Amino acid sequence: MLCDDCGKEDAEVHVTSIEGEVMSMVQLCASCAAERGLAAESAIGEAPSKPPLLDFLGQLGSTSPAASAAGASEPCPFCGITASDFRSAGRVGCSQCYVHFESQLSGLLRRIHGSAHHSGKVYINETSDISDRLGQLSSMRRRLKRAIETEDFETAAKLRDQIHEIEVQA
Amino acid sequence: MIRTSAPLDERGLDWIVGGIEEAIVLSSRVRVARNLQGFPFPGRAGAEERSEVLERVRTAAEHADSLRSACIWEVDSLDRVDREILVERHLISRDLLGDGSSPSRGALILADETSCGVMVNEEDHLRLQALVGGLELDAAWRQVDRLDEELGTLLPLAYHHQFGFLTACPTNVGTGLRASVLIHIPGLVLTKEISKVLEGISQVGLTYRGLYGEGSEVIGNFFQISNQTTLGKTEEDLIDHLARVTGKVIEYERSARSVLLREAPAVLEDKVWRAYGILRTARSLALEEMMNLLSGVRLGVSLKLLKSPRVETLNEILVRGQVAHLEREAGGRMNEHEADVCRASFVRDKLASDERDASESGRSAGSSDTTVADGPPSGGG
Ligand SMILES: [Zn+2]
Ligand SMILES: [Zn+2]
Repeated sequence: MLCDDCGKEDAEVHVTSIEGEVMSMVQLCASCAAERGLAAESAIGEAPSKPPLLDFLGQLGSTSPAASAAGASEPCPFCGITASDFRSAGRVGCSQCYVHFESQLSGLLRRIHGSAHHSGKVYINETSDISDRLGQLSSMRRRLKRAIETEDFETAAKLRDQIHEIEVQA
Repeated sequence: MIRTSAPLDERGLDWIVGGIEEAIVLSSRVRVARNLQGFPFPGRAGAEERSEVLERVRTAAEHADSLRSACIWEVDSLDRVDREILVERHLISRDLLGDGSSPSRGALILADETSCGVMVNEEDHLRLQALVGGLELDAAWRQVDRLDEELGTLLPLAYHHQFGFLTACPTNVGTGLRASVLIHIPGLVLTKEISKVLEGISQVGLTYRGLYGEGSEVIGNFFQISNQTTLGKTEEDLIDHLARVTGKVIEYERSARSVLLREAPAVLEDKVWRAYGILRTARSLALEEMMNLLSGVRLGVSLKLLKSPRVETLNEILVRGQVAHLEREAGGRMNEHEADVCRASFVRDKLASDERDASESGRSAGSSDTTVADGPPSGGG
């Protein structure tokens, strides 16, 4: 099926639009969808079973030769999925995949999210380093401020204690 | 102690009573995706591994304060109707049910008094979630955040210093957070402003879909709006952004409604009353028809064109008018035709009893010049 906007490229993104009480589906190619400001995950569905994400994945090999040269043609040593399994399913198999396919995933994540760096809650485990600890501290301070603003004093008290504990350790 | 397979009763329906902006925003939901270290994600794991994940989560849940006196439902041991009821209440997704080829080992753990809980072994090992009535994203987030803190100290979670919380689908990585509101915006649809608003929504990093989730059509002017990206922003930023945009959409909806009231009051009133009249008297109602009529009545209630039913009654009909709920109530399987008849009777009863409550409490049903065919016999005759 051809794109409704340009009529040249194959449509890959399906968008529901509504005019008055009439709903209609629009089929767009990736670039026209981008032009309309519709990002990868299409306008409908939290995680569509056949997401436009696949379009990105499909382009992985061709657009980032450096990444595919980075050795990730080997399957993930923990769960055994290959780059092509990943491309066809749009899902990775395990948390080690993020290490194993790291170079490709960085690019992909930047395209999906506009960023490849987490800046939310920090989870501390045995591999955490000093910058994780600092990140945790600033995340907790941010949450403390919010707890006070929303008058959630129970959480605020708990956070204050935890922050104090971490600062004493450091 | 976590109880096993308790009756579903009213579980997870506390949002029905409403909340802030309840006439326009039905509910607010927050979920975060988490995975355990050392296990492949559920889609890649065998039944054995999924069983072990479930056992670990169950043990941890025993020690989480937020899940004190919670219940667990394992989908493999639920009957068909109960599974469907959980889906209809948006407490589990259809994906959790698996394809039936091997045990899914999927489960739902739900706190006693709130709709805060954990879905186990869906696409990710854990989906922590909370559902609250009205526009209360912050309240939903606080419940989920607290549960996350508790479980995070009890279970080793998959986390990457750069990518954050790791998930099966790269679209969820980072915060793993999806916040959404279920919003009713008939004014924008009727004034044909809706496509502009939806376009605006997509341009600010949010996404929308119909009431029934993934790829679902928009019925009854109910839309779910949620954040599209999960990586690179803090959880609070994602929540606040959605809340701000939702506030804007409510504003647009209000002004669309005042335009309608000003420009076409008779048309609007007729639409509302017809919707009420059909719901109140019909002998057969398809789900989609019911949803569309509920939309009209909800609009009428919120514009005070109708004084009954209450928003809570409308919310309840929305949930319990679905087929599995009707089947549970009737105690047997139904074909489509039987379900439509049963649905119509359920809706008539609900509206009639709301009318009775309204007249007893002095909340008169509608304005004085209105009589509803098939209405309840009044004392005076
Ligand atoms: Zn095009
Ligand atoms: Zn892997």
